[in-house]
Amino acid sequence: MARRNVLFRQHLNRSLAGNIAVFLCLLLFGVFFAFPVVFAINTAFKPLNEILVFPPRFFAVNPTRENFIQLSKMVAEFWVPLSRYIFNSVFISAVVTLGHLLLSSMAAYPMAHHNFPGSKALNTVIVLSLLFTSTVTYIPQYVILANLRMINTYWAIILPAMQSSLGLYLMRSFMMGIPKEMLEAARIDGANEKRTYFSIVMPNVKPAALTLIIFSFQSIWNYVGGSAVYAEQLKGLPALLQSIAAAGVARSGVTAAATVLLMIPPVLIFILSQNHVIETMSTSGLK
Amino acid sequence: MQLKKQKTKDKGASAIKEYSLAYRIWKYRESYQLIFPFMLLFFLFTVLPVLSSITLSFTDFNMLSMPNFVGFDNYERLLLDDDIFLIVFKNTLVFAFITGPISYILSFLFAWLINELGRVLRAFLTLIFYLPVLSGSVFFIWSLLLSSDAYGMINGILLDFGIIKEPVAWLLDQNTLLFSLIVVQLWMALGTGFLAFVAGLQSMDQSMFEAAAIDGVSNRWQELFYVTLPSMSHQLLFSAVMQISASFGVGTVIIALAGFPTTQYSADTVVTYILDVGTTRFEMGYASTLAVVLFGMMFLTNFIITNLLRRFSAE
Repeated sequence: MARRNVLFRQHLNRSLAGNIAVFLCLLLFGVFFAFPVVFAINTAFKPLNEILVFPPRFFAVNPTRENFIQLSKMVAEFWVPLSRYIFNSVFISAVVTLGHLLLSSMAAYPMAHHNFPGSKALNTVIVLSLLFTSTVTYIPQYVILANLRMINTYWAIILPAMQSSLGLYLMRSFMMGIPKEMLEAARIDGANEKRTYFSIVMPNVKPAALTLIIFSFQSIWNYVGGSAVYAEQLKGLPALLQSIAAAGVARSGVTAAATVLLMIPPVLIFILSQNHVIETMSTSGLK
Repeated sequence: MQLKKQKTKDKGASAIKEYSLAYRIWKYRESYQLIFPFMLLFFLFTVLPVLSSITLSFTDFNMLSMPNFVGFDNYERLLLDDDIFLIVFKNTLVFAFITGPISYILSFLFAWLINELGRVLRAFLTLIFYLPVLSGSVFFIWSLLLSSDAYGMINGILLDFGIIKEPVAWLLDQNTLLFSLIVVQLWMALGTGFLAFVAGLQSMDQSMFEAAAIDGVSNRWQELFYVTLPSMSHQLLFSAVMQISASFGVGTVIIALAGFPTTQYSADTVVTYILDVGTTRFEMGYASTLAVVLFGMMFLTNFIITNLLRRFSAE
């Protein structure tokens, strides 16, 4: 009995058989979901003769760092240096993530707590914009970027990525949980709106802030860059991964190595912020 | 208490003054300042594109010359003259109506099953299930798994067990391409909606379940239908919306695994076709028409599904 409590939460009406079924079901699907990722990690450590073997082996028998060394050699031969790809990825991701967090939380605060003229209309527009993917706006976005003379600049990636309405929506839902009395107290103490936002609202929405960071980071970190940016020296690591992957089966070890390296940052951030993400998403419901 | 009194007094005073709209806007000027930067970008890159899609869909805009108004020509072409559109339209529906509902159900099912577990295990499995979406580019690995020769993992296993006689070109053969992509898409199904479910289940009031158990809810299925689902209507709605926009917008995976465009457009969706028409052929007018149609499809589906869910949860 004691061991069961470690695995399962305490409930009054659960049968042991049911618990075993749940466990098996999760195990089965967990394997399916983890399979490609585990395979990627294994392939990254396989020497070439183990990749080109039949029947294919799932696990690496003689793990090697060869693929990672190859990767760095291969990357060294590209005419855009690796450091440039890394800089682009880190720079763009940092600007987008922080910019998105700042802008959407600034907008979310009044939308959650003030009944200003137009607030209802704005809320409706934001909810409506959740109903379609941003891909439908891709073509006119390109035209607008062209008119703003932003094609082939960092701005073409950064600005459209900063205005995700999902972030604003989640932030607003979470902010509605801040008690009105707290905000009123700040106002009576003489704080203006900006002051209230920075010193009362923001410290109280840390979970939502982390959620916005992980959502925004994960999508921009993996963004290959559409056709609005074509210069290779403006692109980030996913573009590099694509050109490595294009090399085919013989290079699959190197591709896997690159994939695994690229996966690390979002996974780390998610692990660190998971509890906060869950807390935020519990307020996300649509009425 | 005193604060409350003060507030009602203020309200009384304001009723006498009767705020004009201009005064109210002035009074909330700080709110507008806070909203402005986001809304500027949102207007530029979401609202304006949607509006201009609709406008451009009635023109022959091609980025080089000034757009000419062509009436419903683009829509006529789409319905009557464009065989490729029929293919991509069908593919979009296949993706949406297969991956959409399955993903939605899986999201809830897994979230619900995970919720039975202890804290550490739950966190671990949430990560495992969310990993495909989280790590974005890891779906590249499917091109190795589904590789067309005997070195491909899936082919290797199936050959080894004697299920197939010769390697299947999963991502090249038109007969298996769509199926393979659907599997990959399902693998990436547990996204934002899944997290919303996990969160919703976790934040539920546990005493509700205890009360229900005492009142005679005797197993987990009864609990699911009588207690859990009815109190999750908001999450169910939110996830449905997220899932619908995701499954109509399948594109990145197709381009990465099957090429752009795919062999004879056999696995292209409206999204990738829009990119093809717009960014390779620069037929912005026609691309906008396609976008408007896709937009309409997503809106309509969302409208129907959310209304159904609302009715269902109201009962």
